[in-house]
Amino acid sequence: MAEEDESFKVSETTHQRTTAGSPGPAPDRDLSAAELAARHGLTVSGARPSLPDYLRQLWGRRHFILAFSQAKLTAQYSQAKLGQLWQVFTPLLNAFVYFLIFGLLLGGRGNMEMPEYIPFLVIGVFVFTFTQSSVLAGVKSISGNIGLVRALHFPRASLPVAFSLQQLQQLLYSMIVIAAVLVGFGHYPTWSWLLIVPALALQFLFNAGLALIFARWGSATPDLAQLMPFVLRTWMYASGVMFPLHYMVIERANGPEWLANLLMSNPASVYMEVMRQSLISGPAHQSLPGWFWLLAVGWALVIGVGGFVYFWKAEERYGRG
Amino acid sequence: MAERNDTAGRAGSPGTGTEPADGREPAGEPRVPTVIADDVHVVYRVWGAGPKGNAAAALRRMVRRERRPKVTEVHAVRGVSFIAYRGEAIGLIGSNGSGKSTLLRTIAGLLPPERGRVYTNGQPSLLGVNAALMNDLTGERNVVLGGLAMGMTREQIKGRYPQIVEFSGINDKGDFINMPMRTYSSGMSARLRFSIAAAKDHDVLMIDEALATGDKKFQRRSEARIRELREQAGTVFLVSHNNRSIRQTCDRVLWLESGELVMDGPTDLVLKAYEEETGR
Repeated sequence: MAEEDESFKVSETTHQRTTAGSPGPAPDRDLSAAELAARHGLTVSGARPSLPDYLRQLWGRRHFILAFSQAKLTAQYSQAKLGQLWQVFTPLLNAFVYFLIFGLLLGGRGNMEMPEYIPFLVIGVFVFTFTQSSVLAGVKSISGNIGLVRALHFPRASLPVAFSLQQLQQLLYSMIVIAAVLVGFGHYPTWSWLLIVPALALQFLFNAGLALIFARWGSATPDLAQLMPFVLRTWMYASGVMFPLHYMVIERANGPEWLANLLMSNPASVYMEVMRQSLISGPAHQSLPGWFWLLAVGWALVIGVGGFVYFWKAEERYGRG
Repeated sequence: MAERNDTAGRAGSPGTGTEPADGREPAGEPRVPTVIADDVHVVYRVWGAGPKGNAAAALRRMVRRERRPKVTEVHAVRGVSFIAYRGEAIGLIGSNGSGKSTLLRTIAGLLPPERGRVYTNGQPSLLGVNAALMNDLTGERNVVLGGLAMGMTREQIKGRYPQIVEFSGINDKGDFINMPMRTYSSGMSARLRFSIAAAKDHDVLMIDEALATGDKKFQRRSEARIRELREQAGTVFLVSHNNRSIRQTCDRVLWLESGELVMDGPTDLVLKAYEEETGR
């Protein structure tokens, strides 16, 4: 309300009476704009709501967020002849290319046999793509939808969250491919497969937070959209998407143990490992240290909550573009 | 209005008239302000608007250690102040690029002012959902998406859906509502967009010009709908280049030129001055 406006010096607005014969002076006349607004209960237009209010507004828009993400997903392939089948083909083709290069040509398999390596690769590619495309969509979520931001009222966080949600739905399609690959190479469903539910939930929280952070950066600096693909590709190679990190750093590159551990603690690697250990049965996927799940929770909370607060802090400025 | 606008000491700005003429409001009845604009300035920043935008020029600047050409600033609204009251219909006039639409967006809280403040009663809304709609989706899904984007609930949309489709007249020539919007003619999609936008009631309603699109029949229907919305809304702002529709709709007019408020007063007075100035 207007209490927060006390620091605001109202500029000299003249309140001259220019016309003779106008009705007697209303008491409103002598007030400054801020005082007049306060008297009649007017609020500053476009002011940033408090954090709890903002969360409430965002929750109130959940139907819009879901509908928007589904609309984007459908619109993506609506002109293709094969239509929505591309939701599955695109990630599959991606995995196939990496298999040719890293599995066959470069020998990045480590000690894994083919039946263990291929699911390892497919899961890695899909899980990393989930984070990668959330960031890429997040960078452009405000700057690419500035028309929407300048036309309608809604909590701006709806946009990056909707784009992350779109990627989550995309990943759910990819899970069909993953399941087929797993069963095809002799990894049959066990109870541990259920762990993918918390794993996906945590990764979604992490991705949404990251998308929110990049949405704010991208709205101020549109150049990020050009830069991010390179950053993300570097991140992909540093996270062991198509090769086991530990094997690559220590046995192939003679690197120190701490470096391998550091790389493995990065969020992209953490979410991939958690998913692989839940789904793949094989000598290289016997046990996962418990701290991996702790890291998965930690990254999700820090980036998810931090990103949300960071985005909210600039809420009233996104229309400026 | 008795609140004369102070054009920040720019004496002798073109067309500064002898407005405002007052005495329209019923005397004695306290007027309730719904929108207060207090010395509002809006600045757009445009990157890469320098004279030479190619890579070679950028490289040469880097080699010569010149600074990047400054971001171009467009001062679109310069110190506008006014008070709008409940029950008023206010027209905004001025030549192209005079800052009318920008001012509307700022009042609606969509574009933050550089300086100054806008106080409003409730949430003013712009009439228009174009940006939320997607051409690759069917008309039906766009109705739902547009409604949700405007903040309607799923139940409200379901309730209004038949009216929206009927009003748009999309299904007059076959089952077009289940076709992607990209297959529509430009008139058809304009009609659907208006029908979605006009489906919601607003406290403070802002209508940007060029809404009455489509054929004659649809124009008449949309004008009637705008009148309806006007009656429901507390305060209406209308941006238009059509003086006739301003005269029909508005009882007060703000005249903007180069982002400054030139004149603020009753419709007849301001329009007369405006027509003299523009030679119409």
